[in-house]
Amino acid sequence: MHKYITRWFLSFVALAICTVVFAQQPNPPVEMADTMRSNGKIFVVVAVIVTLFTGIIVYLVSLDRKISRLEKEAGKD
Amino acid sequence: MRKNWWKLLSVALLVYAFVGGLLLPVPARPIVNESIRNLYYHVPMWFGMMVIMTVSVVNAVRYLRTSNLVYDIYSAKYGTTGMLLGILGLVTGAIWANYTWGAPWSNDIKQILAAIALLIYMAYFVLRSSIDDLDKKARVSAVYNIFAYTMLFPTLFILPRLYESLHPGGEGNPAINQNDIDPIMRVVFWPAVLGWTLLAVWITTLFIRIQKIYDKNILHA
Repeated sequence: MHKYITRWFLSFVALAICTVVFAQQPNPPVEMADTMRSNGKIFVVVAVIVTLFTGIIVYLVSLDRKISRLEKEAGKD
Repeated sequence: MRKNWWKLLSVALLVYAFVGGLLLPVPARPIVNESIRNLYYHVPMWFGMMVIMTVSVVNAVRYLRTSNLVYDIYSAKYGTTGMLLGILGLVTGAIWANYTWGAPWSNDIKQILAAIALLIYMAYFVLRSSIDDLDKKARVSAVYNIFAYTMLFPTLFILPRLYESLHPGGEGNPAINQNDIDPIMRVVFWPAVLGWTLLAVWITTLFIRIQKIYDKNILHA
């Protein structure tokens, strides 16, 4: 009897796992940009974006400093 | 530097939004496919615009209460940045729509009303530049600012909910509703909103400081 319960329980678990797997694969499967991701080229895009953003921020910081200097000068007179 | 921690926070959040936004997994949905990631970039423009326009209208009210021209500068500069975010939101929306709805402009209710909201704000700047007298300019534009801000509610929040839209989430509160944004996406979306808003505030403070230097003789008179 005990053996049967274990067997039933295990097959139930197996079924539950199946549903999880199915839940991740919608029917029909939706096409995503998996090639870019699988060969790692997406990192190139991320690197480019982060570099651009760094450049913009450096520019913004320098503007910020320049304005601070102007403020000091304007405060004098 | 201690006063500038929020600028650092903004940069950190945005770098996270760029890296996480492109690399973290997203739910696979038909039609939008990988472009679902635009949620991290297109939608924060509108959230940011709402925050910035709120700051603008608060300063308009502060001007009306105190007649201090500094608040007029705040109000106008925040209005300009809010406008920039709105235009970027509209343009990025059109790019996204081109690849998901088949055309950059499909007269969707939200597209039309967002454009109307921006046109109302555009009139704010036309109005400002048409009055020479400083106090009159500040007063009239502060009053108009309140009107333009009020108009954001019917155009962006009320009317779109009454009509069918191509935009998702029209049945509830789009992008905030628990059911129409996957939990994994919220991890990037909210930091992105905060990051973009702070960046907009930073840029605005630069404009405000320049204007204050220009107008220092008027402000201290």
